[in-house]
Amino acid sequence: MLRFAIRRLLLALAVGFTVSLAAFLALQLATDPAQAIAGEDAEPAVVEQIRIEYGLDRPLVTQYVDWIGNVVQGNFGESFYWHQSVADLILQAAPTTLKLATFSILVTILVAIPLGALAAMRPNSWVDRLALSVSVSAQAIPNFWLGLVVIVIFSVHLGWFPVAGDRTLAHFVLPAFVLGMTSVPAVMRLTRAGLLEAFEADYIRTARAKGFRGYPLLKKQALRNAMLPVISVLAVQLGNKLGGAIITEAVFSMRGLGRLAVDSIQGGDIPTVQMLVFVFAMTFVLLTFIADLINAWIDPRLRLR
Amino acid sequence: MNEHAPLLRVENLSITLKTPSGEQVQPLRGVNFELSRGEALGIVGESGSGKSMSMLALMGLLPSNARRDADSLKLGDKDLLQIEDTTFAREIAGKRIGMIFQEPMTSLNPVYTIGRQLIETATLYGRGTARAARARAIELLNRVGVPEPELRLDQYPHQLSGGLRQRVMIAMALMNEPELIIADEPTTALDVTIKAQILDLLADLQSELGMGMILVSHDIGAVSRAVDRIGVMYAGAFVEKGPLDDVFEHPLHPYTQGLLQCAPRATLAHGGPRLGAIPGSVPSPFKRLTRCAFSDRCPHVHDACYGSEPALRSAGNQAYRCVLDAEQLQSDNDHSDKGVVIPHATPVQVEHGDPPVLALESASCVFTTRRGLLGRSKDNRAVDDVSIALHGNEILAIVGESGSGKTTTARMMLGLQQPTSGVALFRGEALEKSTPRQRAQLIQPVFQDPYSSLNPLRTVGDSIGRPLVVHGVGNRASRRERALEIMSLVGLPERFYNSYPNQMSGGQRQRVAIARALVLEPKVLICDEPTSALDISVQAQILNLLLDLRERLGLTYLLITHDLAVVRYFATRVVVMKSGQIVESGETERVYTQPTHPYTQELLASISDPLRRSA
Repeated sequence: MLRFAIRRLLLALAVGFTVSLAAFLALQLATDPAQAIAGEDAEPAVVEQIRIEYGLDRPLVTQYVDWIGNVVQGNFGESFYWHQSVADLILQAAPTTLKLATFSILVTILVAIPLGALAAMRPNSWVDRLALSVSVSAQAIPNFWLGLVVIVIFSVHLGWFPVAGDRTLAHFVLPAFVLGMTSVPAVMRLTRAGLLEAFEADYIRTARAKGFRGYPLLKKQALRNAMLPVISVLAVQLGNKLGGAIITEAVFSMRGLGRLAVDSIQGGDIPTVQMLVFVFAMTFVLLTFIADLINAWIDPRLRLR
Repeated sequence: MNEHAPLLRVENLSITLKTPSGEQVQPLRGVNFELSRGEALGIVGESGSGKSMSMLALMGLLPSNARRDADSLKLGDKDLLQIEDTTFAREIAGKRIGMIFQEPMTSLNPVYTIGRQLIETATLYGRGTARAARARAIELLNRVGVPEPELRLDQYPHQLSGGLRQRVMIAMALMNEPELIIADEPTTALDVTIKAQILDLLADLQSELGMGMILVSHDIGAVSRAVDRIGVMYAGAFVEKGPLDDVFEHPLHPYTQGLLQCAPRATLAHGGPRLGAIPGSVPSPFKRLTRCAFSDRCPHVHDACYGSEPALRSAGNQAYRCVLDAEQLQSDNDHSDKGVVIPHATPVQVEHGDPPVLALESASCVFTTRRGLLGRSKDNRAVDDVSIALHGNEILAIVGESGSGKTTTARMMLGLQQPTSGVALFRGEALEKSTPRQRAQLIQPVFQDPYSSLNPLRTVGDSIGRPLVVHGVGNRASRRERALEIMSLVGLPERFYNSYPNQMSGGQRQRVAIARALVLEPKVLICDEPTSALDISVQAQILNLLLDLRERLGLTYLLITHDLAVVRYFATRVVVMKSGQIVESGETERVYTQPTHPYTQELLASISDPLRRSA
């Protein structure tokens, strides 16, 4: 297991390096950072001066080494737009996004896995069909619309939760529900399919011959086998929530990383955008690594790879 | 409790299956049997005979589209028809009845340790404490021959070999000291030497623990190693039952007679009489029978066989399902050319000239595997310095267990695998110098599984004519002619020309595969386990067909197999492989009568011969 973890970690580091290079190069090559800082109408001389001032005239390799060296030391650079350190900007927005993503993935897990399990226990029964319609609806309803509906019902009419903002935990209930529901269809169907496949397996027949039936059969024999693909998908879904909750954050007026990303793109704030891209990408690398570890813990055969 | 009550009584057990098209079929039709305490019953039959289905029905493990009906289903005094499935699960399954399945590779849960799977059997529903269960697990693993049992408890199934896993399965079935143990094809997926060990272990355990045992198998020889009584099933019903010795010595039902004659035996040598084969193939489950199920394959068939299905009749200790009298059936069997036609093989002269048709010279094959991006590479020597010469008209068999390198050797001789060192020669010319097309006209393969080796989207005629198209031989009309010609040669009626593989039985598909291999008129056929996916009665047909074709077309065969009984009947010369090396080779008769290498002796000792059992 330890050897497996070390191998995976090395692989993750290699991917992380590639990602950082890509994030750096994409923005450096696709835009002119000096022009962006100076403003679109700036004189060419001013732009040149800024280029030299910020060291943007040096070779790309030097700039990259410089940048990555700073990143590793925790120095994420200075925002051109907000005139604040990028690290501070990200640290201010991160807690909101982290909380929102964590709560919403919990919503996904708590809704999708039991629903998928119920559906798999009685395939083609009314429970199965109900679960399927819930999943299709969740897939069909747009995020922002569901957000508005729950705000109208639970905030405006019932007054149970605040309408917008991110100050207290109560602020997170509705957005976490909305964001969590978006992942329910995929996870539910994967749980159902995984369990149904497991129920067909020879080892389940063995377990039935030993006397296992019903819920213990599901929980103690089939579930662990069915969870492998679910874990991988949950990791990706969590990554999406950490990086791409822009719509939900907007509907509920929350100041998270998604909002920060939109604002810095609009402001042409390359250091912040670059750093956010890097952070989002590294989040995926990290989550994939964690998912691999969990899967290896679940299925001993994976540890051999 | 009544001491004399049988352990298990099954009366009129039937299964009705609803097919997706809404049709109802009966894979099991009114089966009766009894098992006394401490008795071992063997149930044999071919695919679709209902033998496994009946055991699943006993255990309540039928698929959800199947319905079970019975007049009586009793384990001791317990009426299994009267109890709920939950009660059955709690009180009977895994507790009073232990079950062992065919595939040890997939029948254990891959994500849990051996220990957990053994222990949970004995602690489920508060059957016992974890501590006691652990002790029992260690004791049982020890008894079934798993080395270092305490270490094994923490291991996962994939860390154990197939044989060890099956031993674990046996230990698992014994955890709660069941009164009855059901073994459904327990050795089918195992290598020959392991097979014999597992059967002997089961027989020992059964008598030692005084359990009742039902051993289900398609392998009549295997069953004979471990049981007292035998039941032969055909098309969802017993056609013959009785004490093992009686049934083997004087089988009454024509099917039993045929089955015993077509099972290759250690004593049937090449060049001797042909194997008896039962014509036709095993029927698929049908709705209602208005005739004897065996009538379309039976040599004795006459008017009385139609109208209704014959009932089981008793004769001495035996019971059989036939309209004919026992005396007549028995005397017919004694003069058996009347029962099953056994033509004698005419000997074919082997060309011993130089150079041999096909040869490997000091060929080795090394597979390099690398684990992951950063892993170290590891060499696996699949074949190690092997030299084989295949002479014209010869039938050379390569025998060995899984991992012995026999298939890699065959692939090198086919030109499908380049030797890492050494060379493959066709008539003295390096095989690699010829193009794949040239090779295809010289050497053709016949593979094991006719279900996956035929393209399901091509008609039979297309499949057979395909090599001609690839090689640009003839036009559409001449190719059709040629395909039909080959079809009649391999015994396929013309009406199959436009059929698809899924409309055919396994034996018919294998005939198609052979026809396809022959259409380019190759000199050599390389047959890799050509009959191991087929029923026994069909296996004999295919083996006899291959022998006939060799005589008529002057073919040379290389046979790859693990089945030693087939080899003795089929091959003129044999090569025994183990761990990538040849351990013994020679004329088949010499190797079988005077094996020199200990491994060959071990292999030969593991053959289960139904007719030589008591010797």
